[in-house]
Amino acid sequence: MPGSIPASLSADAPAAGVSVAVAVPPRKAQRFSPGREAWRRFRRHRLAMASSIVLLLIVLAIALGPLLWRVPINEIDFGSKLEGPSWAHPLGTDDLGQDVLARLLYGGRVSLAVGLCAMLVASFVGVLIGSVAGMSRGSVDAVLMWLADFFLSLPQLPLLLLIIYLFRESLKSVLGPEGGIFVMIVIVIGGLRWMPVARLVRAQILSIREKEFVEAARALGASKLRQVVRHILPNALGPVIVAGTIDVAAAIIAESTLSFLGLGFPPDIPTWGRVLFDAKDYLDIAPHWALFAGAAIFLAVLTINFIGDGLRDALDSRRVL
Amino acid sequence: MSRAYVIRRLLIVVPSMLGISLLLFTVLALAPGDPFGELASNPAVPPEVRAALRAKFGLDDPVWSRYLHWLVAMLQGDWGFSFVSRMNVDTLILQRLPTTLVVIGSAQLLAILVAIPVGVLAATRPYSVFDQIASTFAFIGFSLPTFFTGLLLILVFSIQLDWLPFVYRADISATGWRFYWEHIRQSIMPVTVLGLFQGASLVRYVRSAVLDVIRLDYVTTARSKGIGERKVIIKHVVRTALIPVVTLVALQMPIVFGGAIVTEQIFRVPGIGSLLIASILANDTPVVMGVTFVFACLVVLFNLMADFVYAWLDPRIAFR
Repeated sequence: MPGSIPASLSADAPAAGVSVAVAVPPRKAQRFSPGREAWRRFRRHRLAMASSIVLLLIVLAIALGPLLWRVPINEIDFGSKLEGPSWAHPLGTDDLGQDVLARLLYGGRVSLAVGLCAMLVASFVGVLIGSVAGMSRGSVDAVLMWLADFFLSLPQLPLLLLIIYLFRESLKSVLGPEGGIFVMIVIVIGGLRWMPVARLVRAQILSIREKEFVEAARALGASKLRQVVRHILPNALGPVIVAGTIDVAAAIIAESTLSFLGLGFPPDIPTWGRVLFDAKDYLDIAPHWALFAGAAIFLAVLTINFIGDGLRDALDSRRVL
Repeated sequence: MSRAYVIRRLLIVVPSMLGISLLLFTVLALAPGDPFGELASNPAVPPEVRAALRAKFGLDDPVWSRYLHWLVAMLQGDWGFSFVSRMNVDTLILQRLPTTLVVIGSAQLLAILVAIPVGVLAATRPYSVFDQIASTFAFIGFSLPTFFTGLLLILVFSIQLDWLPFVYRADISATGWRFYWEHIRQSIMPVTVLGLFQGASLVRYVRSAVLDVIRLDYVTTARSKGIGERKVIIKHVVRTALIPVVTLVALQMPIVFGGAIVTEQIFRVPGIGSLLIASILANDTPVVMGVTFVFACLVVLFNLMADFVYAWLDPRIAFR
């Protein structure tokens, strides 16, 4: 442990004293901010570190890849359909001779964007409801928590399918085929995943609002909103970040599931789930097509889950590491 | 488990069922699309006839009265008529339901059979090599989406090795032992996909539940009495540790049903999950509503059963 004093002072105490005096200034420079401490803890989780690197590579690939790999995603070439990996097509081609690598790079943008936006919606709704429930207590709290329990016991996928089935056409006419389905999937996935965040935030608020520093803020006349936003939420952020990270993975799976069932994005937007949906009928003659798409989903989800696990270790300050 | 607890718990079911029905009805009522839209655009139907029809079916009534009508009809078992299958929705669902329940039930059984030994072993040697391998595999297991594992299994066992059929058939002509063997053979892959996905998240719960218990004083007491380690773990630790796991199994039910829909779709299992997808693709609204409602009811039912089992295992619960 840095900064600790040796327990037993040996006979050459003066020498040791001198060395301590010399050693102090550089140690003073080593500051312990919460962020630095979290980073130190996060680095100890080797799988989480490896996952961060892999996820960073995936993000870089889908952000910059389409700029470097300039093969159009919808160039149909029946002469080279269902080919395995080659130099011209590193991940092979699909049933219309389209380049799988280009399609996966483009689809990854949509898949990750859906995951991130759905997480933001879920976190926002969850923090809002959790804060209201935690600060108001009483009957408002009871009703909101009953609502959270109720939503937790809903079968999500059937409900997701039902809502998309009923509202698909009208949103398509308002926002266009791509925008409509994107907004709807994000709102529905986000709207069905706020409950864990709300419960976490409420539990944190119930304990933090009784702490002295919040009492001090209250005594100084801080409004409830200010108490929550300035004093309580920053201290309750750790578990919310962890839950949010895992929500990204869950939303990516949910979107892929919808696309895989043929009810997500239209065929001209090759999200990873959609590519898998198209590839599943050619498993016997072109397995590479399904394998690469599935591997992309798997890698993204696995790395995000591992990072969530690492963050859980890093942000839980009560846990000794 | 006192009678008061059972009655109180049963009474909680009523508001949740009402809530689910209200939610479903709201979604349906908010949805665009008029059931009489076709009539409106048909010039052969005069406006008076259209208005009379709307009045007859109560489409102009206030929303709450439409909801009450719908609820009463659902309660009386009048779930509507499937446009595609040309039969009553409740008969159609009842035909398909047993298959789904068998697949989900066997998958849960497989998950429990895998998760409990692995989770307990991992918890008795925390941070050992076995524990680390187990938790890494658990992570991989629940990061692999069911639709991808399903395709992988088909690729390996049906296409490469040609051991198992990848289409689930309801009309197997064989009789006797052969009939059962064919049924088991075609259920292996769907049940494995669903069971391992469930088992992966269950392993982590079992592990942490056992870790919570294994440090308690009564376990040390049991050891100091000279009971063998094996017996301490099986008879003293696991029995207590599994009580919270019961609740977790029930809380996972909504996710299990989601997985079941995907698995049924991949392997073409004729259950209510594939019925839901087929009805959505065919715009068969009464069936879509019916199946969603059945899924919601099943979740409520399983939660209820889990609470009863929990109260039976842990008598302290019933007194709260």
